[in-house]
Amino acid sequence: MTMATVPEQAPIDSKANWLHRLFDWKPFLVFVCLLPAAGLLLTFLTYPLGLGIWMAFTDTTIGHTGRWVGLENFAFLIGDRIFWQAVFFSIVFTTVATVGKLGLGLWLALLLNQRLPFRRIFRAIVLLPWIVPTVLSAIAFSWIYDPQFSIISYLFVDQLGLRDHYFDFLGSPWPARLSLIAANIWRGIPFVAISLLAGLQTISPSLHEAAVLDGATAWQRFRFITLPLLLPILAIVTSFSIIFTFSDFQLVYAITRGGPVNATHLTATLAFQRAIPGGNLGEGAAIAFSMIPFLILATAFSYLALARRKWRHGEDDD
Amino acid sequence: MTDRLEAVEWESPARRAVFLYVPLACFVFILLFPFYWMAITAFKPNAELYNYKAYNPFLIASPTLDHFYRLVFETTYLCWLLTTMAVAIAATLLSLTSSALAAYAIARLRFKGSRYVALAVYLGYLVPPAILFIPLSTVVYRLGLFDTPFALILVYPTFLVPFCTWILIGYFKSIPVDLEDSALVDGATRLQVLRWIALPLAAPGLISAGLFSFMLSWNEFVYALAFIQSSEKKTVAVAILTELVSGDVYQWGALMAGSLLGSLPVAIFYGLFVDYYVSALTSAVKE
Repeated sequence: MTMATVPEQAPIDSKANWLHRLFDWKPFLVFVCLLPAAGLLLTFLTYPLGLGIWMAFTDTTIGHTGRWVGLENFAFLIGDRIFWQAVFFSIVFTTVATVGKLGLGLWLALLLNQRLPFRRIFRAIVLLPWIVPTVLSAIAFSWIYDPQFSIISYLFVDQLGLRDHYFDFLGSPWPARLSLIAANIWRGIPFVAISLLAGLQTISPSLHEAAVLDGATAWQRFRFITLPLLLPILAIVTSFSIIFTFSDFQLVYAITRGGPVNATHLTATLAFQRAIPGGNLGEGAAIAFSMIPFLILATAFSYLALARRKWRHGEDDD
Repeated sequence: MTDRLEAVEWESPARRAVFLYVPLACFVFILLFPFYWMAITAFKPNAELYNYKAYNPFLIASPTLDHFYRLVFETTYLCWLLTTMAVAIAATLLSLTSSALAAYAIARLRFKGSRYVALAVYLGYLVPPAILFIPLSTVVYRLGLFDTPFALILVYPTFLVPFCTWILIGYFKSIPVDLEDSALVDGATRLQVLRWIALPLAAPGLISAGLFSFMLSWNEFVYALAFIQSSEKKTVAVAILTELVSGDVYQWGALMAGSLLGSLPVAIFYGLFVDYYVSALTSAVKE
């Protein structure tokens, strides 16, 4: 019945048909199909990746092709306090935000996996922060964090009377860092929750029923059934989260621009600062380069998780 | 499927309220509050905006469209919206076409090394824009595309193509091979099989990938910030941050109005096609 959609092949003479036969010759077809994607990715992804690594060892500035300077950029960065501060904050930011996102996201996923009226609507609402442009929600956050008109301060000081002065969210280093982490967790919960919810829904309810009949407590069922079965997807979500939190840019750029006194620069925002407005492309590339070991670790983690999942499920990959 | 283990759990309503509804309500409140705050600020006159003593900040006494009016008539906001829309649509179409072809080749043509191509595509997805924008800016400059929307249209596929290819491979693999084989036996060419069998059956995947790509392009920030300089060519996300903030003066009303309007297109698409977004997201993680 599906065949009805395939038009009848009229007998065509072989001369007019050489094009058809060319397209049925598999190596050519594979080549043609892969060409657009490979062209785009090689030109704008692979080549710049290599170019970026090369640039890290040059003194390229805007409008001036660099020459090889060896490790000079890195030698400079090793003595640069602001760079180390950015590395330090990137690690703190990634660790705290990832743990927060995963914990809260897992909790939310478990809640949404319960029998619930309007579950589809809840799921739709939950994903909203992830759909909306990050910069725009970040601007909303900087308004929420405003020193004079913060709604949180208003609630705590004027309504609840829990404090006697307004919060200074973004004015000093640690509060600013924590405020950014909070905004990042807010933005990250939906992705984690919805991905893990999809994982939870593949766990057969009969496992839980059997465990209940055997007298397992809720915690035991979570620890010995849910968690092990969720582990592969949890590992992938974790590595995604690590990579994209570590390389976050928008949130910091929109809310603090790295301030106060460079305390909230991430490696990505510092690289931008030095490279684009500052003009030192080589130095910026070196800062960006320093992110690569971290990203490779996270990627390897994700790949191992993926391989392990294949092995577990006994899937053969064709 | 929904009422499964609860049947054996004998949960009391009070327990359910404390452990399910209260935390869920907190989550929903926290996740939605910034949007409520954005919306209410956008419609507040300045007098109310900066006076919490006389007006309750959670409500609006006299809603106004002043901020939207200023945005539309005193800035080039509509121009930014059009640019963003054009860039997002063009980048999506470009990525979708090249991804569909590549995914079909990887999933169905069973060539030597297709596994490694799939892996390379997956790795491409893990390269964040933050380490690419510096070298890319020189590439874009040398191609003469600096400060043109074409730079963005060509660069966005770097994160769209890996993503789309990855989810489309999953959709193509779910189509029974027999369908294609019998068509081939009946004398259809490979291209006809792709056009009349594989693409129609993978339509949900194409829609998911397309919506998702549109959203990702609409929301992109780093490249748009680095490659576009002229005010009128900027995308909404970048323009709001760089054009509406002059020095330390934050026009919160206008900023929130701009953010609200700038979020609207993706939010509308999302509202209409929630299920496609969820399936794209989950298949991206699951595959």
